[in-house]
Amino acid sequence: MARKLLLEHINVPGINTFDVYRSKGGYAAVEKALKTLTPEEVVEEVKKSGLRGRGGAGFPTGMKWSFLAKPEGVARYLVCNADESEPGTFKDRYLMTYIPHLLIEGMIVASFALGAKTSYIYVRGEMMPQIRILEKAIAEAKAKGFLGKNILGTGYDLELYVQPGGGAYICGEETALLESLEGKRGNPRIKPPFPAIAGLYGCPTVVNNVESIAAVVPIINEGGEEYAKVGIGRSTGTKLISAGGNVKKPGVFEIDLGLPVEEFLYSDEYCGGIANGKRLKAVVAGGSSVPILPANLFLKTINNEPRLMSYESLADGGFATGTMMGSGGFIAFDEDQCIVRNTWNFTRFYHHESCGQCSPCREGTGWMEKVLHRLEHGHGSLSDMDLLVDVSKKIEGNTICPLGDAAAWPVASAIRHFRDEFEWHVTNSAEAVTRNYGIAHYADPLTVTA
Amino acid sequence: MLRVDDAQAVPVEFSSELITKFDDVVSRYPEGKQKSALLPILHLVQAEYGWLSAPAMDKVADYLKIKDIEVYEVATFYSMYFMRPQGKYVLEVCRTGPCCLVGAEKIMDYIENKLGVKEGEVTPDGLFSWRGVECLAACGFGPVLQIGPEYTFYENLTEASVDNLIGDLKRKGNN
Repeated sequence: MARKLLLEHINVPGINTFDVYRSKGGYAAVEKALKTLTPEEVVEEVKKSGLRGRGGAGFPTGMKWSFLAKPEGVARYLVCNADESEPGTFKDRYLMTYIPHLLIEGMIVASFALGAKTSYIYVRGEMMPQIRILEKAIAEAKAKGFLGKNILGTGYDLELYVQPGGGAYICGEETALLESLEGKRGNPRIKPPFPAIAGLYGCPTVVNNVESIAAVVPIINEGGEEYAKVGIGRSTGTKLISAGGNVKKPGVFEIDLGLPVEEFLYSDEYCGGIANGKRLKAVVAGGSSVPILPANLFLKTINNEPRLMSYESLADGGFATGTMMGSGGFIAFDEDQCIVRNTWNFTRFYHHESCGQCSPCREGTGWMEKVLHRLEHGHGSLSDMDLLVDVSKKIEGNTICPLGDAAAWPVASAIRHFRDEFEWHVTNSAEAVTRNYGIAHYADPLTVTA
Repeated sequence: MLRVDDAQAVPVEFSSELITKFDDVVSRYPEGKQKSALLPILHLVQAEYGWLSAPAMDKVADYLKIKDIEVYEVATFYSMYFMRPQGKYVLEVCRTGPCCLVGAEKIMDYIENKLGVKEGEVTPDGLFSWRGVECLAACGFGPVLQIGPEYTFYENLTEASVDNLIGDLKRKGNN
């Protein structure tokens, strides 16, 4: 079994309390960073670690930190993005629920590295229980001298606050999140300026995902170079994968990047295969926004190489035959699932969550939803597939924020790989409302164990 | 949008306890940035009254020294805020893809039949309303629902567990 860097102590009773967390070596990274390293050295370790943003975009965290502007006399902010809303993704909820001090510890180290005196954790409003867990953890850490004035006698001051959202997927986009934190509608800002120059209240700001900030703890404890030895190539370290859909053992798993997808999906250590003895039809590997792949293309690349759980291997083949790591929201579809219905469902989600600022996204997502609704309900026509692709192409790349792309990709990829199923919904419309298309040619090439 | 009806005409006076909570929220932000407190304060107001009436929102605007419209535009943008009265317990069922793969649509149909009201409507006894909501980030434990203002979570729903939950809430709500 691979070593866990984030979840090693997740099953220790009471690990959600300061004392137990501390007894397991917790807050050692704060001591090490504040007492023995300069902020620049902390940034350097994170750069060496090769850590890539775990929220979805995969941008190198150390590089993002090094872009932060540092004008004299201007406050700088660290904001943690805990607005976890990408369908398929539930790792941040898990981490905040069971090991909240890991996030608090990471926030202190990262705030120190960036020179932030006030930091916020923006948590989606629906996670009120997690908000209370974090507030309790913050109070405990503060009572023990790890937050507040003159932390551990080093002269470094930091206040940490939890901010609830109001229920809007768009606030996972960093500039929309900052708007929301300022008490406004979650309309993404036009970039540039990037938050590193003008973010919260117009001040230089870094926004990082929960898991990225948590990963700073093992990086500082072990050193960036040691962290970078885990994983494969430019996919360094471990990643939390949220496994859901029709897998036998849904849940959050910490994997070494580079784990073969076949092992992740079928071994008992992870997903344990497909539930109810069924066969795998398709996989969305990184949250609803990334392209859906049929089972055969997911397990092996177009060059017949085994696919790995890494940024590069999942993207192998580009959008023609590959997908993306995204946020690690892993959704498995068994043979009885309908791709048309799921695509309609996802598109309704994006239509509902579009902020309405950019016409291509506001109008296009609604249009695609209507077309997919009529296909699913037996009123579609054969020209609808080309229409959907056309609309998706007109959204993609033409919006202020990536929600437009995120809405376009699931539709375009579903039609790319499952066009026969869409056509069957038109040519056999009466049958399509009573039964599903089934597994067809994109079946899982592996034999099914009973 | 802001319907003028009987419920909207009821004036609102915030208690001093509630104002103390508002003050605590405002203290988290730099001087002059009190508007950042808007979302947390709207949650507090909704927890108190069950929804956000126009008079309540106007009071929030007064408290934060911002324009009424700045509150309305935020309250109507975010899906968690209710613009009309709800049942005492609002069952919010996740209706997004991963939960649908494991039966969320059947659970919503079941709740609709069990409560005898359509999505968004309130039961005659005033205890319940329900609605489908988008992904709640609990995809491994679907179907799921949440109930505010605590946003308690109920996972791996079955018809039997929904029966139990509604039975428990009825007993609790009638006491």
